[in-house]
Amino acid sequence: MWIYEKKLQYPVRVSTCNPRIAKFLIEQYGGADGELAAALRYLNQRYSIPDKVIGLLTDIGTEEFAHLEMIATMVVKLTKDATPQQMRDAGLDAHYANHDSALFYHNAAGVPWTASYIQAKGDPIADLYEDIAAEEKARATYQWLIDMSDDPDLNDGLRFLREREIIHSMRFREAVEILKEERDRKTVF
Amino acid sequence: MENSLPADYYRLLEELQAVDFVLVELTLYLDTHPNDTASINQFNHYARERKKLKKAIESQYGPMQQYGNSYSGTPWDWNKGPWPWQV
Ligand SMILES: [Fe+2]
Repeated sequence: MWIYEKKLQYPVRVSTCNPRIAKFLIEQYGGADGELAAALRYLNQRYSIPDKVIGLLTDIGTEEFAHLEMIATMVVKLTKDATPQQMRDAGLDAHYANHDSALFYHNAAGVPWTASYIQAKGDPIADLYEDIAAEEKARATYQWLIDMSDDPDLNDGLRFLREREIIHSMRFREAVEILKEERDRKTVF
Repeated sequence: MENSLPADYYRLLEELQAVDFVLVELTLYLDTHPNDTASINQFNHYARERKKLKKAIESQYGPMQQYGNSYSGTPWDWNKGPWPWQV
């Protein structure tokens, strides 16, 4: 069971209306290495992973939903005052034709989210290595987004999210070691 | 809804976000370091802090959680804004 809390994990602020950067941010909403993919990947892997790392997958998977909400908030705040002309200039006209001002799970290029972005191999080491790679790719994406944005308030939130990917990667690496240790213990005795 | 909230709301909210950040960090850390007693003590300390902060916010600004994890005013005040992306 999940309990929703009426607050963001970290404050989201933007300095100006900027639909162009909002278009890019959607990569982390419905892209291959985005927050939706992360949450669904980890929570689904829990059902076959050894007990020792179920807690970690549950907690990181849950945190990813909080990040998804932060990205949505950034997009809402960056676009809510935009004129139709600004939306068009930002390349959001194709999005508008299909979704009006609704958010949707697609990447920055408009490709809809697909489950083929994620994997569950049933092999704990393979699954955790995929998770580590996913975190590193998400971290890199946040870096590219920060590089493209000159909004100091937005970048504060993006930097927070980038740092979280670093922590998640570190914790998944520790989980690999825990499982390797357990495996080696079993083969010794 | 936006801008109708006093500065005090944002102050309390940020305080809660800060305490919750410590708790999320410690949760993930303890998931892979379950025998670190000092961190567990720190975790329990901040868990008590967050209870107090949640209560302080809810007494003025309404429920943070539902399904019975917060009390309700009359009329039912859970579906009253602002929602997190509106503040
Ligand atoms: Fe992550």
